[in-house]
Amino acid sequence: MGEALALAISLVASGDADLAEIVALSLRVSLSATLLAAAIGLPLGALVAVGRFPGRGAVLVAMNALMGLPPVVVGLVVYLHLSRAGPLGFLGLLYTPWAMILAQTILIAPIVAALARQVIEDLHAEYRDQFRSLCLSRGQVIGALLWDARLSLMTVGLAGFGRAVAEVGAVMIVGGNIDHLTRVMTTAIALETSRGDLPLALALGIVLLVIALGVNAAVQTLHTRAARSGAHV
Amino acid sequence: MSDVATSAFTRRPRAEAQEAPATLLPFRAEGVALTLGGARVLDGVDLTLAPGGCTVLMGPNGAGKSLLLKLMHGLTAPDAGTLSWNGLGAQAATARQALVFQRPVLLRRSVKANLDFVLKARGGDRGRVAELLEHVGLADRARTPARRLSGGEQQRLALARALATDPEVLLLDEPTASLDPGATQAIERIVARAAAAGTRVIFVTHDVGQARRLAEDVVFLHRGRVVDHAPAARFFDAPGDPAARAYLDGRLVV
Ligand SMILES: Nc1ncnc2c1ncn2[C@@H]1O[C@H](COP(=O)(O)OP(=O)(O)OP(=O)(O)O)[C@@H](O)[C@H]1O
Ligand SMILES: [Mg+2]
Repeated sequence: MGEALALAISLVASGDADLAEIVALSLRVSLSATLLAAAIGLPLGALVAVGRFPGRGAVLVAMNALMGLPPVVVGLVVYLHLSRAGPLGFLGLLYTPWAMILAQTILIAPIVAALARQVIEDLHAEYRDQFRSLCLSRGQVIGALLWDARLSLMTVGLAGFGRAVAEVGAVMIVGGNIDHLTRVMTTAIALETSRGDLPLALALGIVLLVIALGVNAAVQTLHTRAARSGAHV
Repeated sequence: MSDVATSAFTRRPRAEAQEAPATLLPFRAEGVALTLGGARVLDGVDLTLAPGGCTVLMGPNGAGKSLLLKLMHGLTAPDAGTLSWNGLGAQAATARQALVFQRPVLLRRSVKANLDFVLKARGGDRGRVAELLEHVGLADRARTPARRLSGGEQQRLALARALATDPEVLLLDEPTASLDPGATQAIERIVARAAAAGTRVIFVTHDVGQARRLAEDVVFLHRGRVVDHAPAARFFDAPGDPAARAYLDGRLVV
């Protein structure tokens, strides 16, 4: 164990090529998924926060329910769609990074939407009368809220990223953990552990841990900055 | 339909041709009532405001001054009664007015960006930012985050924002409550100038000296009712209501 750990640390320190490739793919997939989930989830969350439309309650319930989607179920559903017999099989995306990005996007978009809805609804409660006094359009209101909540919304994005990068079930099913193609940190850890290559698994574990801690630190920093810039008065 | 249901918000303008009256004055409130949290906070307000000048709205804490402004501005609908801006319902008149709230809500951006936002949203001339900041004495704070301004500076920015929309009616809810004497004087000058230029000003204040300086007429609100409305000279010489008399004498009015 001690030996494995020493080897793991030297792997990280030497910038091992295999390790770097896996880490890079992980970041690429999860960051892409986060951007896509933000592009979908932020406007959706804002619309539900500000709007009063028929079916709003149902959307809210769905959004909150989907927050807890089990990754393997998402993986399975995406697999069924992308497999050769599936409706999107002709795209040939299964076992590519695109499939992994798609699965993680579906996994975290509801999280981003639900958290953003809460943030924006709170801010809107504060701004509502002022905005109505200024006779702003719905679009102007949403735009202003998204911009003014930007620090809090970045923490929402980080929460989504944290969930995506640590998730194993979905990317395992739709990516297949193919070496040099779809192997990411979590799937590699699972595989190397079962194969007994503990140093690589541990090295990846260390990197994942550092990323998780980094995300948390970033969230903390954003909170402090939000507080200092007058997010509460 | 009962009288209660036909509030100013649902009623069609009296004259069909008057969809958008050229002027919002006179303003008329009839039997305006509002119940919040089980309390009758406005209890049959009757009020007529003639065109031109500055009306000061006074009354003890909790009398309903801020709520009356919100109703006049069309932000809240009354439970009963009607509010009419020369035939236009209050909600239809919002865009032609500006309200400076008792506790202004500023956007989480720079002072300059706060004004730019309003000018852009309302199709104003975005080149006016500097001039507006100069006008309220905030020219040197343009880049400061608005939330980091002092209370008085925030009120001045809120006033600049209100002026940026070129309102026909300017509703001000204690805009100098936390200003130093110099800033108070500056605000009074700005408001007097706006009134002189034709903006109808309705000004809430507890400062009797300020009311004397600004008011053409005074409306005194007590327990959700207008108990006195008179030209300033008459109001300050001989307040028509015991509550107003006690208020001016500096006694606690409940
Ligand atoms: N949202 C609300 N729910 C319940 N009661 C409210 C609400 N808003 C105001 N009130 C009550 O309505 C009454 C009038 O409030 P308003 O803010 O109009 O007073 P005001 O005359 O502006 O007083 P002040 O001089 O202190 O500003 C108060 O008793 C207040 O408690
Ligand atoms: Mg008030």
